[in-house]
Amino acid sequence: MVGHGEIRVVHRGGSKLHFRAPTISADSCFLACASGDCVKVFSTSTEECIHHLRGHTDLVTGTLLRPSNHLQLYSCSLDGTIRLWDFTDGILIKTFVVNLPIYSMVASAKHEGVVFVVTPTHGDKRSGLFQLVAVQLPPSPQQQGEVLDLSAVIDDVSSNPAATAFGREGEFIASVKGSRLEVYFFRKEKSFRFSLKENNEKNKKNTFTCVACHPKDDCIVVFNLMMTLLLLLFILRRNLNQKKEYTYLTLHWHHAAVSSLCFTPQGTNLLSGGVESVLVQWRYKQENQKDFLPRLGGAITHISVSPDGVLFCTSHSDNKITVIKNNVKVSAVIQGLVKGERVRTDLLVDPRSKVLVLNGRPGHLQFYSLQRDKLLYNLDIVQQEFIHEDGLQQFEVVHAAFNSSGNWLATVEERQQKSADVELHLKLWAFQEQTQSSWFFWQFHPDWAPHEAQVTALSFCPSADHQTTMLVSTSKDGHFKAWAAGSDTEGPSWSCDFVGTYHGLVPERCCFSADGSLLAVSFQKVVTLWNPNSWELVTTLSQPPGTIRHLCFGRLSCSKYLLGTTSENLLCCWNLLTCTLEWSTAVETTLLLDDPRSENVAAFSFQEGNTDLFVFKPNEPRPLFSHKAVCSGRVARAVFAPREELLEACEESSQWLNLSQLYFLTPHMDLMTFTTKVEEERLMASSKPLVINDSVAETPFSLLLGKHRRQHENEERVLSGSVEASAPPQGSSAVRELLQTPAHVLPSTSFLCSMFVQSLLVSVTDSRSKNKPVEEEMASDNEEEDSEEEMEPSSRSERAPPPTDSTAAATAVAAPALTKAELRELKRVRRLDLSWLSGVCS
Amino acid sequence: MASFKPTKIQVYPKLGEKVTQDTLYWKDYKTPVQIKEFGAITNVDVSPVSPHNFAVTAFTRIHIYGPFSQEPLKTFTKFKDTAYCARFRSDGQLLVAGCEDSVVRLFDVSGKVALRMFKGHTKSVHVTDFTSDQYRIFTGSDDYTCRLWDMANATLINTYQEHTDYVRCGVTSKLNRDLFFTGSYDHTLKVFDARVDKSIMTMDHGQPVESVLLYPSEGLLVSAGGRFVKVWDLLKGGQPLVSLRNHHKTVTCLCLSSNGERLLSGSLDRHVKVYSTTSYKVVHNFDYDASILSLALAPDDESVIVGMTNGILSIKHRKSPEQSKEVPGQQKRRPSYRVFVKGKKRLPKQDDYLVSKPVKQHLAKYDKQLKKFNVSKALDTALETWRRLKKPEVTVAVIKELERRGTLKNALAGRDEQGLYHLLHFLIGNVVDPRFAPVLVTAAEMILDVYHSVIGQSPVVDRQLLRLQDLLEKEIDYQQDLLEVLGMLDTMFASSVPKMEVPWFSTSCSNGLTEGEARPPLHAI
Repeated sequence: MVGHGEIRVVHRGGSKLHFRAPTISADSCFLACASGDCVKVFSTSTEECIHHLRGHTDLVTGTLLRPSNHLQLYSCSLDGTIRLWDFTDGILIKTFVVNLPIYSMVASAKHEGVVFVVTPTHGDKRSGLFQLVAVQLPPSPQQQGEVLDLSAVIDDVSSNPAATAFGREGEFIASVKGSRLEVYFFRKEKSFRFSLKENNEKNKKNTFTCVACHPKDDCIVVFNLMMTLLLLLFILRRNLNQKKEYTYLTLHWHHAAVSSLCFTPQGTNLLSGGVESVLVQWRYKQENQKDFLPRLGGAITHISVSPDGVLFCTSHSDNKITVIKNNVKVSAVIQGLVKGERVRTDLLVDPRSKVLVLNGRPGHLQFYSLQRDKLLYNLDIVQQEFIHEDGLQQFEVVHAAFNSSGNWLATVEERQQKSADVELHLKLWAFQEQTQSSWFFWQFHPDWAPHEAQVTALSFCPSADHQTTMLVSTSKDGHFKAWAAGSDTEGPSWSCDFVGTYHGLVPERCCFSADGSLLAVSFQKVVTLWNPNSWELVTTLSQPPGTIRHLCFGRLSCSKYLLGTTSENLLCCWNLLTCTLEWSTAVETTLLLDDPRSENVAAFSFQEGNTDLFVFKPNEPRPLFSHKAVCSGRVARAVFAPREELLEACEESSQWLNLSQLYFLTPHMDLMTFTTKVEEERLMASSKPLVINDSVAETPFSLLLGKHRRQHENEERVLSGSVEASAPPQGSSAVRELLQTPAHVLPSTSFLCSMFVQSLLVSVTDSRSKNKPVEEEMASDNEEEDSEEEMEPSSRSERAPPPTDSTAAATAVAAPALTKAELRELKRVRRLDLSWLSGVCS
Repeated sequence: MASFKPTKIQVYPKLGEKVTQDTLYWKDYKTPVQIKEFGAITNVDVSPVSPHNFAVTAFTRIHIYGPFSQEPLKTFTKFKDTAYCARFRSDGQLLVAGCEDSVVRLFDVSGKVALRMFKGHTKSVHVTDFTSDQYRIFTGSDDYTCRLWDMANATLINTYQEHTDYVRCGVTSKLNRDLFFTGSYDHTLKVFDARVDKSIMTMDHGQPVESVLLYPSEGLLVSAGGRFVKVWDLLKGGQPLVSLRNHHKTVTCLCLSSNGERLLSGSLDRHVKVYSTTSYKVVHNFDYDASILSLALAPDDESVIVGMTNGILSIKHRKSPEQSKEVPGQQKRRPSYRVFVKGKKRLPKQDDYLVSKPVKQHLAKYDKQLKKFNVSKALDTALETWRRLKKPEVTVAVIKELERRGTLKNALAGRDEQGLYHLLHFLIGNVVDPRFAPVLVTAAEMILDVYHSVIGQSPVVDRQLLRLQDLLEKEIDYQQDLLEVLGMLDTMFASSVPKMEVPWFSTSCSNGLTEGEARPPLHAI
């Protein structure tokens, strides 16, 4: 199969999970959360992603359970649509087009068919003004509906979803912005405003940040950033008249901003959380009783509670959702690709397990599986208690490097103090061979002050013999140091092998050639080439004016070339044999990257706000492949990840993707990659049989029904007494289904057990009769015995007062009862959703 | 939910010697018993028979001490001048000693008056010894001669006049009745045979020989002179085997451990060094208060007896086995402990279901306080007296952690006179330690910032501040001096390194600070 080699940029995971508060389903089994331009549905018990609800074309900005049907979910997006989903099956039911970018959404059970969305005033995004709009969703049966009935409720609101909340059974809606709290009463159609006192006006921070309303009581909780230590608790009087009477209570605990407040559905508890990463549970009306759940991870961004109040969810700034039981115990953690403010380390690929390694939580390196889009492991580099406080200088992992075999990892962590001095540690981690499964490294300090100033680059020597591992670090103190591993009796030890300088210039990049015989170190405008064995300066290359930005050696057939980019937008290629410049071209390169498996080099260049990609071989200045406008903004981090299985594409332009895959991080920290048509088709092909396998859409319900139907047939066959030798191996298929079905969609164990046992019984007789015809008699004997045994209870049941079906075995009695229950359920579901079903059918 | 990560205590490499089998063996002695004698102790000899009394020669007396007595059992005082080299016969009954007045005296150990007097030397006799047949006495004197005497009738058997300087040391063979070895200030060692009139072997030590020692096998001879200890192979005709230079002053005495595996040497530099006789490396080192003149080991290394120039005799006895094996953990546990560990040893049976219990994290007190953000209390805990003195690295680690959290100033502030005194005391003790300096200097700055308003109110605090100031000024002077020395060394290194072919190549010097000076021809392409 020859693909026509079209290469696309695709999103490969790592989108934000903590952008908006997750929504928990009514039975606390599922959790829906906005993630990029799709909604992900997770199981709260297995932490697994069940469905991707795809359909929005822009960032999803909110999810909401449909108040009238808890099996359906609304989602709103910046693309101006509200979509209704069946989230258990992952089906899009309806699309409502609003034609205005929606920033957040609230709804209440009292307002049937109405959702309240926050949109820019006058549809103008740039004005920065937002209004709360009630949207009447048309009950039309069509799958797509235009929403025309819009009515503004409150002008000038905050786009933050935490700043708007419904109060007391939907009687009023409260919204905060700046130093003002606005409450709108639906019955009176009036709004009341409360403002903070004037004397606090001087401080700019004197604002409300979030609001929550008690579900049963007239109580509004707001958080005020200025008086950092208090929660204001407004208790509205029933007869709220023009005098704006209210009492309030201040609660102290938080020392930094609270980002989310939430009441439990019964209103007994109030949850709050913020930068400290501590979930605080306050008792309503007994506010001095508090429960704490500390050290949850990153700062808490959102808190949500399931409708039955059994589960809490906290979203964290390190792209994590923590599921917490209501006894304040963590039960599950859903973790996405952690994205700090900046990725300081380069993207790395662990040579041993082929997973992506980059900065994760503060002071950690994360190991992220690209295939499964899942965080595997966090390696604690700094090993210090992380203090959640704004403005505190923390240790950050700034450089990391693996050696070629992956058994050594070098990390540099630094902490910039107030003065100019930098505290930095160089740590070397050895992979523990004995405990392969458990990603364990041990730590070794070669020296507690490896350099006097910031380390600019770190590189392992890719030597063929693994006896001598060598690491080169360059620093702003003007030295580059080579560290060599020696083996001691007590274990490996590292020592400084060589300290090199060049005219007191600052070394910025270092790079080893593929065979480890040359080391290139760039000192501002000059590239110096060293022999790592004798530490002789071999030669110097330079291309003034312009500081060297990146360096990389060619590989395989192009190993005689050295590539470099300069700050004067030049991409140079030197021939190392003649020490001359082979070619150079003027292109503003932000990143130069070599493929470890082939001679290809990728260059990301920045032009007119977009990043372009060029892939070329060093021996010819003509690009193999170029892709304009890969993404907007500068691409600063990318990596070639070796493929597990090689791709066979004959098209010349896509051949560079055969051996490795190119991943890059956009400025918005999304992980993107390039795929070819061939690859996509292969993916499609592999997923198709799964779809065809079951003619019915795979839902827990249909699975149950289908099984039952088959089971009925089996029973009938058994009852008729014709045990066929050619009967399908039901036992194995039943077991297979049992094992393949995700745990959270399986029916109850009692039901499964009987089915399982039955399948075993049948399969045993089958196999015997099939494989050993000699034993047929014995099998038939068994059958007779079985039938005798079956007769006894039936005779007993005849004696029993209500004489049921005489031929029915004990198992058969249970089955119709269950089908009845299922039928009832089916009826109920049908009654609920007739409208959308008709929509689907049409 | 991650657990609290305790404060990381930086582990610094331990300075000083490594703990080896030898250090354990040679450290296993009690505190020394010290006995003051009248003059410099020139010789200590241990009786070869039990109870292994030892004869100590000091000034004009010879004292005989029992193995555990602090008072002399017996004293020989019939010397007109300084006595030298009292040695026991192999049966422990007789004792011979030389004297400054050139007369050699023979005593019965139980008697008092000299049994025999051997007169014939013209100058002081520093060496005396019995031959292994027990009937003859060998002496060496400052008149350059060695003589052999018959004991019974006190007659001279033979005189050897081969040395050209004082004969100050010698030893007789234990296996051969006719062989004896001498060392002299003429730098030579000689081997004499009583059956012939001449020395049969001569070895050149190169320094005035102070002491000789024969191995039990008598194949090797050890000599000490000057700073050197040399070992000679007698079976190969006096070939030098090894030369040891581990002392920095004259080595005065030698001794072998009871099993012959360790060689001890005492020196005027106040050290006793222990060598392994297989590798001839120093395996242990004893320090003494004064220059060492004599050294002896009791059998089984039960005690180390050292005589010094200031007349102090130091006797170290080995710890008794039960004493050395005493481990504090062996004491009986309290009942509460037994209740605590009850059922811990029970092994699970096959069908048992194990309920895993969350392991409780043990935190140090300061960590518990840090966990609760009680920064001042954590600093107080870290500054407790024993921790401050015994484990300053813990205190420093807590200060560093507080500094990282940005709350060091809060923790330092608000202390009373006593608290501030302790804080300053700790700073004075540790601020110049290069391991702690970077952390403590910032802490000191903060203290000055916080408390500059109260200077002059408390004399105690003011005194401490003045001490701190003195200390810092002194340290700055030191550092300046060190930098000067470093600069000098750099110049020397730079001039000593030969010019490379590639002149701009910067070599990796010892401190890595030397930089290439010449200008490289840039390949400007």
